[in-house]
Amino acid sequence: MGDWKTITVPVLSSDSKNIFEYTSDKSISSLSMNSQVLRLSLPSAKNMHGFFSAFCTEENIEQSVSYLDRELTTLGFPSIYAESKGKELNLVSVINCMNELLVLQHKNLRAQEEVEMQHLKLGSDMDHLQNCYAKLKEQLELSKREIVGLQERDRQLQNKNRNLHQLLKNEKDEVQKLQNIISSRATQYNHDMKRKEREYNKLKERLHQLVMNKKDKKIAMEVLNYVGRADGKRGAWRTDKTEARNEEEMYKVLLSDYEQRQKQLLVENAELKKVLQQMKKEIISLLPPQKQKLKERSEDGPVLSDLEEDIGELNKENMWELSCETVREQLTNSIRKQWRMLKNHVEKLDNQVSRVHSGALNEEDVISREDHEMETEKLELEIQQCKEMIKTQQQLLQQQLMCPCDDDTTVLLQDCYLLEERERLQEEWRLFREQRKNFEKERRSFTEAAIRLGLERKAFEEDRGAWLKQQFLSISTDYKHSENVTTPSAFLGSSDQDNRLPKSTSQQRKPHCMLGGPVSAEPYQISQYIARNSSSAALRKPAGDSKPNQWVESDKETE
Amino acid sequence: MNFSELLKLSGLLGRFSPDGRCLASCMQYRLAVRDASSLQVLHLYTCLDQIQYIEWSSDSLFILCAMYKRGIVQVWSLEQPGWHCKIDEGSAGLVASCWSPDGRHILNTTEFHLRITVWSLCTKSVLYIKYPKACQQGIAFTKDGRYMAVAERRDCKDFISIFVCSDWQLLRHFDTETQDLCGIEWAPNGCVLAVWDTCLEYKILLYSLDGRLLSTYQAYEWSLGIKSVAWSPSSQFLAIGSYDEKVRILNHVTWKKITEFEHPATVVNTKTIVYKEVEKSPSVETERLSFPPTRALASSLFSTQSKYAISEVPLSLHYVKPAADRPNPKVGIGMLAFSPDNCFLATKNDNIPNAVWIWDIQKLKLSVVLEQLCAIQCFQWDPRQPRLAVCTGNSNVYLWSPAGCVSVQVPVEGDFPIVSLSWHSSGDAMVLLSKDNLCVCYLEREEAVYPNSSV
Repeated sequence: MGDWKTITVPVLSSDSKNIFEYTSDKSISSLSMNSQVLRLSLPSAKNMHGFFSAFCTEENIEQSVSYLDRELTTLGFPSIYAESKGKELNLVSVINCMNELLVLQHKNLRAQEEVEMQHLKLGSDMDHLQNCYAKLKEQLELSKREIVGLQERDRQLQNKNRNLHQLLKNEKDEVQKLQNIISSRATQYNHDMKRKEREYNKLKERLHQLVMNKKDKKIAMEVLNYVGRADGKRGAWRTDKTEARNEEEMYKVLLSDYEQRQKQLLVENAELKKVLQQMKKEIISLLPPQKQKLKERSEDGPVLSDLEEDIGELNKENMWELSCETVREQLTNSIRKQWRMLKNHVEKLDNQVSRVHSGALNEEDVISREDHEMETEKLELEIQQCKEMIKTQQQLLQQQLMCPCDDDTTVLLQDCYLLEERERLQEEWRLFREQRKNFEKERRSFTEAAIRLGLERKAFEEDRGAWLKQQFLSISTDYKHSENVTTPSAFLGSSDQDNRLPKSTSQQRKPHCMLGGPVSAEPYQISQYIARNSSSAALRKPAGDSKPNQWVESDKETE
Repeated sequence: MNFSELLKLSGLLGRFSPDGRCLASCMQYRLAVRDASSLQVLHLYTCLDQIQYIEWSSDSLFILCAMYKRGIVQVWSLEQPGWHCKIDEGSAGLVASCWSPDGRHILNTTEFHLRITVWSLCTKSVLYIKYPKACQQGIAFTKDGRYMAVAERRDCKDFISIFVCSDWQLLRHFDTETQDLCGIEWAPNGCVLAVWDTCLEYKILLYSLDGRLLSTYQAYEWSLGIKSVAWSPSSQFLAIGSYDEKVRILNHVTWKKITEFEHPATVVNTKTIVYKEVEKSPSVETERLSFPPTRALASSLFSTQSKYAISEVPLSLHYVKPAADRPNPKVGIGMLAFSPDNCFLATKNDNIPNAVWIWDIQKLKLSVVLEQLCAIQCFQWDPRQPRLAVCTGNSNVYLWSPAGCVSVQVPVEGDFPIVSLSWHSSGDAMVLLSKDNLCVCYLEREEAVYPNSSV
């Protein structure tokens, strides 16, 4: 309502304050009312808005109406005056205007509410964002500081590194320098050595000349007599022949040495070949199934198998005697291949063994580690996928929530809430139904019990009827002459007995019944009535005849 | 195990003859030749001066005695005690003398390595080999005695001359790719000559008999290089000991390194057996002490017995830090020798002076370490079986065989620091040499070496 005021105030700003107050009052409480109604409603309005002085009074009714008309026309409403009758109010248009104004106000109120809501939302959003902003700012500060710290550290490290590099370089230079020094010294040393050696050689030469050319008599061998050679031969003259012979002998020595070595190598080779052959044989004997498989598997199988056959033939032809060169490649190839097969085989066996081992260890009910790992991997993958899915869903949800509430989402949300509510209701319903079922069950059991009770009662009454009949019969035989008044007293309640009774009575009172054949119902009714009365009387009358008394007592006993 | 009485000796000159029948020993200027088993003096020769070097001829018929100070070599005959021969190098001087493998020629190296003179006992002919190189091992004969290799130095370059020993004809002459050749050694089969360079450079070259270079091996640069070289008796392996405390073994087919034996101060491999020599004082029962004490008892009182104990591995060996500022530092593999059956290699690392490493060549692994109480002076393999004799400068002789290890005290009166030993060719005896005395140790063939026990 305050808003309404603020909206209308600028429109009315040109008028006096007094009027504006009235208009506001009017516009709020009684815009669409006609004068009579106005008059009636005004006091209440006045009561409600006591602080406003009345807009319209008896004196200024005309002016107020014209004012209202003017205002309304400026606002685009039709005139409230009847067009034809001049200053006469058109009640219909007044009411229409009022209605429209009310509708307008409603609409405005709603709009206002919405706007307020939005305002609130935006305010909270704003707060949130401001919070976020502050946090981020803090983070930024922190990271900036960190960056500065890291940069400082980096700079220090770089400095250190540079220093170390410098040191390393210096060291390297030093090493280089030292090496240079060493080498220069070495060359110098060698040079000096050579110089000295030359000098020394000169001196030696000189000495040699001096010592040897002096014809030193002392340099001599005194021997008693020359002895024979150890081998008994005489020393031979040195000639070209001997030289050639020496050469020959030297080569002979060398040759024999080489021959010996070759022999050794041959022996070694033969032994190795033997071992190889044996190995090959053993491998072949070990590997027939694998080889078949491999042959089948390998694309270049035919070529290899051909080769193998060749080798097999060679084997037969004692290829071991051949020089290695001719068959080396084939041999090495085949051996390599066989070795590979053997290796594969052994690896396979190893795997099997390990598997068996692990199986034995785990007693077979525990999955092998590989399987386990595979499984866990799979599961982990699944978990990750699920997590991703959840994340995307969350994101979507957040997006939906974040985007300024479009109607669909609100509807959706409301639907969601409704659904939830419905579910809850259904739950309650279910409970309720269950309870009802329980109740029904109980009721049924109750009814069943009631029926049973009824049946029992019926049986009891039958018994009583039978008993009464007997009693009645005995009484009737005793008091033949007495009135029928007492007899019906036995007929209490039960209709069956009532139906049967006439028969028995008719048999017994044949002469009576034959008379009243067509009006049989009347005496029966009468008799019944009497019986009832009498029974009641008999019941009320504790001490009548001894028999009824007896009967009452017996009745009491049966009950 | 029996020991002879101590015999007087000078200059560590006591040698069994190659045929094993005689033992030659020198005492100042006298040369005594004894029967190897009875030690009876067979001949006694008197030389002109104090003998500095003796050598048996290969046929055990002659002995040369060198007196370097006077530049004289005297030769004595066992067959003809009256026969004599004197070679005087005169003013040229004498630094080395040796027999040629045929036992009829004597090679004398003059002072300053001016020349090598080959004197013949059969003819008057004299042969001069000029420019011999002054080095650790400049002359090498093949085992069959057919060829001789001589290292030479001419015009600041190293050369090898190969001579035929029968007629001293020059067979080959070639230069080697060495800075300063240090030693040469023939392979036992006489077909390959190993030539190694000075210790300043690790380099070993292998030449065929006909002078072809077969291979060159260089383990590292700059650091001090080869210190010792040994061929295996089968010529299959060449062991090279170097200053980096390692032995590298080359094979004879590709001449590449097969393996490397390190000699760390700590033995870590639990499969290695470490025999450690421990000393124990003999317990003396006081009641049996008499006054004055008998000489034997006294000597036994003041000497301590030693025995071997098996040490727990890992074990740290006594390590001597070499002085870095001294030339020829005591570091690296200074001694190495193959057993006659090629199965074992004994080595000594000079900066772990108390230990002998014995390597199993078949497994190429360290088999045994002997840790002694004193520094190893000398070790030598029994020429007949894998049995190693070790002396450490005390009166004990130590024997190792695959069966075990024993420490034997030479039962002599007084001090007998054994500094050298040499086996009899049969492996049944060895001569133990100290500075002043000689003792022959006889090992009975039946008497196996008791494992890990002191005698």
